[in-house]
Formats: sequence, C-alpha cells, structure tokens
Amino acid sequence: MKIVVLGGGPAGLYSALLIKKANPVHDITIIERNAPDVTYGWGVVFSDRTLASFQRADNKSYEQITNHFVIWDNIDIHYRDQKLSCGGHVISSISRKSLLNILQNRCRELGIDLQFRREINDSAELRDYDLLIAADGLNSIVRKKYESNFKPGIEYGKARYIWLGADKVLDAFTFIFRENEHGLFQVHSYPFNATTSTFIIECDEASWLNAGLDKADESQSLAYCQHLLADNLGEARLLSNNSRWISFPMLKTQHWHHENIVLLGDAIHTAHFSIGSGTKLAMEDAIALSSALEQHADLETALNAYELERKPVVEIFQKAARESQTYFETLKRHMTLEPVPFTFNLLTRSGRITYDDLRSRDQRFGDLVDRWYANKAISQFSIDRPSTMQTQIVFSPPPVFTALKLRNVHLPNRIVLSPCSNCAAHNGRLVESFANQLKNAARSGTGLVETGQVAVSDLGRITPDCAGIYQSEHVGAWKQVVDYIHNYTSSMVAIQLNHAGRRGSTRSRVDGLDIPLQEDNWPLFSASSIPYSPSNQLPKEMNQADMDNVRNDFVLATKRAHEAGFDLLHLNFAQGYLLASFISPLTNHRSDEFGGDLQYRMRFPLAIFDAVRETWPLEKPIAVTISADDCVKDGLNVNDAIEIAKMLKNHGCDIIAVTIGQTTIDSEPAYGKGFLTPFSDRIRNEAGTPTMVRGYLTTNDEVNTIIAAGRADLCIMDPPQLHDLYEATSAT
Amino acid sequence: MQVGVGLPGTIPGAHGELIFEWACRADEAPFSCLGVLDRQVYDSYDPLITLSAVAGITRHVKLATTIIIGPLRNNALLAKAAASLDALSGGRLVLGLAVGARKDDYDASGVEYRDRGKRLSEQLSSFRSIWEDNLIGPETNHQGGPKLLIGGLSDQSYARMVRYTDGYVHGGGPPRAFSRAADKAFAAWSDAGRPGKPQLWAQGYFALGDTNAINAGYRYLKDYYAFTGPFAERIASGLLTSPQSVAQFIRGYQDAGCDELVLFPTLPDMTQLDRLAEILHAQDIRRTE
Repeated sequence: MKIVVLGGGPAGLYSALLIKKANPVHDITIIERNAPDVTYGWGVVFSDRTLASFQRADNKSYEQITNHFVIWDNIDIHYRDQKLSCGGHVISSISRKSLLNILQNRCRELGIDLQFRREINDSAELRDYDLLIAADGLNSIVRKKYESNFKPGIEYGKARYIWLGADKVLDAFTFIFRENEHGLFQVHSYPFNATTSTFIIECDEASWLNAGLDKADESQSLAYCQHLLADNLGEARLLSNNSRWISFPMLKTQHWHHENIVLLGDAIHTAHFSIGSGTKLAMEDAIALSSALEQHADLETALNAYELERKPVVEIFQKAARESQTYFETLKRHMTLEPVPFTFNLLTRSGRITYDDLRSRDQRFGDLVDRWYANKAISQFSIDRPSTMQTQIVFSPPPVFTALKLRNVHLPNRIVLSPCSNCAAHNGRLVESFANQLKNAARSGTGLVETGQVAVSDLGRITPDCAGIYQSEHVGAWKQVVDYIHNYTSSMVAIQLNHAGRRGSTRSRVDGLDIPLQEDNWPLFSASSIPYSPSNQLPKEMNQADMDNVRNDFVLATKRAHEAGFDLLHLNFAQGYLLASFISPLTNHRSDEFGGDLQYRMRFPLAIFDAVRETWPLEKPIAVTISADDCVKDGLNVNDAIEIAKMLKNHGCDIIAVTIGQTTIDSEPAYGKGFLTPFSDRIRNEAGTPTMVRGYLTTNDEVNTIIAAGRADLCIMDPPQLHDLYEATSAT
Repeated sequence: MQVGVGLPGTIPGAHGELIFEWACRADEAPFSCLGVLDRQVYDSYDPLITLSAVAGITRHVKLATTIIIGPLRNNALLAKAAASLDALSGGRLVLGLAVGARKDDYDASGVEYRDRGKRLSEQLSSFRSIWEDNLIGPETNHQGGPKLLIGGLSDQSYARMVRYTDGYVHGGGPPRAFSRAADKAFAAWSDAGRPGKPQLWAQGYFALGDTNAINAGYRYLKDYYAFTGPFAERIASGLLTSPQSVAQFIRGYQDAGCDELVLFPTLPDMTQLDRLAEILHAQDIRRTE
C-alpha cells in the first residue's frame, strides 16, 4: 500500500513506524508542516500500564523511551499550608522533544520518507495514496474537510490554563492549590528530565479576569505565575514557549474513518490533561491501527476493527477525563474541606480509584486518613480537647466505622439501613414482620435504622398497608421496636414522617408504582390540582385549612415519635409526595403566597419544619430528604437543591438526605451504583451541611470512599444479604 | 439461576417441524423456558405466533419474549394477544418488552420511530388497566396479567422497569456487562421503594459442534446483526462455541445475580439442543418447578 501520514507528532510517527515494521512492503510518507525540532509543550506522562503495550508494539523505541524516562510514584498535594503525599502510583514522563527525536530516528531507520516544512492545505493533494492517516492534531484539516462524515463535536472547558515549564526538578507529581486576592489557582506539575518540569497553571474564568490575565502578554503571564508560585518555586524560574491561556477543547468524533481516510490522536479525541496525556491515547491508537491493518487484508474491515477496538476505550477514558475536568473547573466548592478529606476527594475524583485502592498503594496514607477520621470522631465528644490529643490516636477504624454525633445523638458508625416499608402495617398499625425486619436490621451492625415512610395521617398514607403514627394506639408497637433496638443493639432509630399527597391511595408496590386502588380510595391533596399520572386520582389543591390540618398532623406525629423513643426524626420533602409538591415548580402552580419563586414554594414545607422542630426535643436531630434533581425539564436542579439545603440548615435541620427523581411520572434518573453521590457531594460542600446518601451501595469500600472524600456523612446501604436477613421471620 | 433455551425461530431455514420438535424436547428437561426474539424485516417468525404454536405441545416450560418490540404493536391488540397466550398456556407467558434497535422495523410497520420510548411507557400503563379491569378479556391466568420484563440499555429503561414491571431482561454480552446493568436495576428498585428484588433475565448465543457448525453460527449472527454495522463483529465474537465456554458463561451469570438465562441457538439443527442439554446435565442445572 501507498500510505501517507499527515502530521509528524507522536501519533503520526508511531503509527507509521509500526505499520512499516509489520509490513516493510508498504510505502509510507510522513508530511509535517514544521521543522523536525520545533515542538510545543514540555513533558508527556505515561502510566505503567501503557508501557507494556509499547514494549509489545516496538521494543526498540520502547527501550529508548524508557531510557529517557523520569519515574516517580508519589503524588504531592500542596493545599492551605500543608503538603500531603500519597505513594504507589508509578507514573513516568519524558520530554516531548526527546520522544519525537526517538520516533523520528526510528522511522528513518525503517525507511519511511519524512517530509518536514511541507504545508498541506487541502487533503485532495494526497488523493494518490491508498490510505491517508490523518494525525494532524486538534485543528485537523482532514477532519474539517469531511466534517459531515466524521461528525466531530468540540466543547470548550470553563477554566483557563497555560502550559509552562520550570527549571526545577520535582520528585513527585505535584498539585498546588493557591488562593490569592484574585481567586483560586491550581497547578498540575511533574518532572520530565534531569533539569526541567512541566507546570500547567489553571484557574476559573473569574479568577483569570480578576487577575487581568485576559490582557496579559506572554511575559506578563509568566511574571504573574512566577509571583503566584514564589513559595513553591524558590530559586527556580518558570519558562514559556509561546505559551498562552486557553480553554480546554474536548473533542469527540462520531466516526473515525471515511473511505480511505482514518483519523487518530488529537485529530479525533482529546481528554483533559488532569487525567493523563493525549499522547498516551494517540500512541495507543497507533498500536491499534497498525495491528488492525496487519490482521485484515481488506482496508475497510481493518479500519472498522480499529474503530471498534479504540472507540469504547477512548469513550470510557473521556468520561473519566470529563469528570476530572469538571472537578477542577468547580474546585471552589471543595475549598472548605480540610486537607485530608480534600486530598482524598482529589485522588478519588474520577470514580476509578477507591479507598481500598489507595490503601493498597500506600498503607501510610491509608492510616493517615483513618487516623484523621478517628480523631475527628473523638473531637465531637469533648468541647475543650487539648490539641496534644491529636497525636494520641494510633490505632483507628476505617472511616465507615467512626462515630457521628448529631446534636446529642451518637451514631456508632456511618451505615444506615432502611428496610422496604411496603407492607409495614394494617390500618396504620405496625405488623410484626416489619417490626422484626427493623430489629434484624439493627442487629446487623448498622449505626442507624430507619423506618421508611410513616404516615402522619390516614389520608397521608401511600397504600392501605403503609405504617402510621397518627393514632395514640400506634405508639405502643413503635415503642416496643425502639426499646428492643436500644436494649439489645448499639444502633439508633429514626422515624421517617411523610404525607403521600397526590401519590396516596395506591396499591402495594409489589406489582409496580402508583397503581390506584380499585376500591376504598381516600381523597388526595397536593399543592396544585394535578394528578400524579393520568390513571391516578385528581388531588384537591390545598387551602389554608388543609394546610393547618397537615401541620397539626405533623406536630402530633412528632410528639408520638418522641413518646415512642425515636432518636432521630426524618421528614420527606421529596419523591413527589405532599411537601415535595409544593417545592417543585412542575407540581406547584399556585398563585398565592405558597407558589411562585423558590422562597414562596418553600414556605409551607418550612412552616412544617419549624412546627416540628419546635415540638421535637432540642437534643435530638432532624433529617430532611430533598430532591437534588427532578430529572425533568424545567424541574428542580442541583443548584435549587443547594438553596433548599441552606434554608433548611438555617431553620435547624441537622442532616440532608439526598435523592433525585420521582417528582413526576416523567422523572427518569440515570440509575446505577452511587448515582446519588455527586449530588450529595455538591449539597454537602456547597450548602455546608451534613448529608446522607443511598444509591445501591453494597460494600464497605464504597462507603469508606464516600465518607473519606467528604461526599456524605452517612450512607444508606443495600447489601444483597439483607434480603435473607429480612426474610428471617423473627428476631430472637 | 434457571437456564432456558431460545427457539430457532429467527434463524433462516428453521421450519415448523424443527421448531415443534425443539419445543417438545426442551419441555422434557432441563430447560426452564423457551425464548423468542422479535424482528420485523428479517426471515423470521412472529414471536407471539411462534410461542402460541408451541404452547399447545408443551406443558412445563415458561414461554418468554426476550424481547418483543412493544411500540410496533397496537396496545389493545398486543394486550389481547398476550392475555390469550397467558390464559391458553396456563399462565406460562413472560412478556419482555423493549423499543428495539432498528428503524426499518418501524418503517415497515408504518409506525412512527420518534417517541417510541414514551409510547412504550404508555403501552405498559394501558396493559395494566386492560388486564386488571378485564376491559376486553380474556381473563389472564395471573390476576393483573402475565409477568412483565423490560429490556434496553437506556437510562429510561430502568425507570420504566421499576414503575411498571417485574424485572429486567439484559440484551447480551459478557457477565461483567450484565453485572453493571443489574446494579442499575437494583439501584432503581431500592430507590423506588419496591419490595424484594427485580427479576433479572439475560441471554446469550451458542453454536456447538465442529468448525462448520461454529462458522454457520458466526455467519448467522453477522447477518442478523448486520444493521449494527461494525458492532456485528463484536456480537459474533461473543458466540459460545465450546462446552467449556457455555459452562463458564452460565457460571458468570449465576455469580452476577441472574435469575434466568436464555441461550439462543444460531443454526437450525436439533443436535444443537441435545449438545446444550448435555452441558446442562453435566453442570447439574435443572428446572425447578
């Protein structure tokens, strides 16, 4: 085949050399617009896993590359006035210049025609070749020419960054977080040869504008960064190489080949620098392309195979990179975290590394995290603890097994169990099987057991079998459960009070959700007269008298819950039930003082909260479940939820339980393991309130990761063994 | 976990007699169900007609669509057909529904392709009222209609599953892919406050025997999935071609929490069923009544 490679970067050079090496009959030309020694950027990072594939692909260049490697296994984090370090990561880097030299020489050795300083303006000039490999970078002229075939999309990041060097040798991948009068700046830096390191300085747009960097020229930018990082740089100087401030372009492309043209590297995909280098992806593309060409004689089959192999891998990588990019773009929200949770949150930002992973990479770091949480837990219990006690913790449990104090209630650990309360009662009165489920849950080692939805009135039930606490006769059965748990376990007990609103008068959820009763329906109330689904009953719009009644129901239920001895009271302001119907603009169309903007829509739910807070003993905490996202267009989103959480916190709410969806029948959340955790992270750290979170969490590792990263304070777990536990008929 | 077998109704060249013999033999043991697939524009039999035909000559096996493309069909007609099959078979129907992946199936049926997800939700809601209120009859074997499953990889599939049905049917792939889907189903289930666990069904393809048999299997899969373009290669590469790979596949799904795994043939040949039955016997997998 007659092959032309457009672009003499690592992707182009590496694919040419691998294809030629596999089959020397191919006639290959590389066309590069720049001179052989012109290059931008400084160092390139690789993880150890990548290297194995380089070794298999071409041992000769692999050896030359690794000879030039700077290798380290630590990540250092400079945050506030502390430096934390986590080891065991094994990362290596090389200067881009050395990498290109090695690959160019290897290409020449194999007899590839390298044409530098040749500009191609239209790929039609290259139509005589059998295969055009377009490795011409982000601004690929080939991709642009066939845009309608490749279908690319570029999304620009919100942050600004500049790629600099420094004549300083680092001994670790180093993150520096620095706040000054202009805003927040973060630095990603790493060594790449014996004298120099890469310094990428990134900030949000506001900080960038405040610092006047939009008007700064190259030398002014350099001077600004030099001053910003004076403490870290010491004698070292930052270096520029035509560096300027840019927004990160995230490129995704739907199709990777068209006729006899194939794209690779930056020409087809980019991934934020915080998770690894585009060079790594580009060279992996080259390996896949050359082996596909070697395996399949038919060109189209080969290009298909290349796309099939690489596209899913790149997509997963881009997803993680996107999360990492968002993390850095919105870093401000995490600046309230103390250094240990901040560092842990940073290291686990992409969701690919967990508590167990970090512990196995660096046991000392794992111990540091454990000790920090153990200290934190102990400090909740004494007011004037001498600071010398900080160092006294030597042996400590993992974060999941540290205590949490809410007002005067001490939860022995961070696990919450909430058995499904679908058939919990007859006429509101607790049935024995459900009482036993709660007892069994408490005996399992959890820190808190929750009752699930308990109705504050018969009209507030979801189903006829919904548990209630609306008659004095209901209290006895609850008290018996609570006493059992207090006497025989170390767990605390929470009751979740709810009024079903327009989701009431439905059947058991054995067969599905919100199926109306066939007979014995009861009247429904909601903020506005809109049925939950076309088959559900039309609710009555609540008037003042209805609201007074409901408030009274909540107050009486609160008194009874205290009488029964519950430790924590939990109110449901979410999932489309009565109080949620006031909060979401989708379900509240009122024109009175309880409708309109969020502060008005919150009026009735907050009035309920205040009445309950006044009734519930001061030494006991209150939790509220809120919707962090209605998952419907024009519904509540996470920014609204942060405002709601702040309002509740100001009214004396102790912990927010985070959920999404169910507001209307059209809510279709993206379910999955940990699907609620990002919402909890935002609410906890932006509203400054403790949170609890669910999301099919089944392992201690998941919970440890969430707690240690400061994404939530309590986790509602759903381990599969619970089904058997709950099915056990009696607690003995 | 139970293991069922697919009927060869979507394999070109599978005649009625083969399908009947296949069904009778599978009914004996050790298979838990007979599965069918749905495709309009292909040399294949209609899924409900096929299941009805074999309902009369079987007694034990469940009859499962994994899946049938719901929105292609009129709500009342499909509700009636499913209720009839359920009643006639003594309650053995398991109706798995999804939106399907091919636009030409919609075009050929004269049905709008857009909003098909929304229409599937409406269809599920309408089934409930038709079956429960016995609006058009016949009365189904189970009160409230046959067991329903939802298929599909979109986020909406899981929301639909938890709102209207009894579980999820996975489209295929290695056990790890199933496991991720199962996590989504479990997350939706516990989040919505539904009691117990969702029923989790899954499927795979097998071709057992000599190289000719295996190659015929590959050819069929590449043809059946040709509409996915390059992805057909990948689906074909998941074909189970040895007793060991079948056994491993079963074990993987068992460990990942699957309740019922349906293995579909890829060539119209009775020996395929015998070979699969042998493997199940060797693995001591039986039907639990």
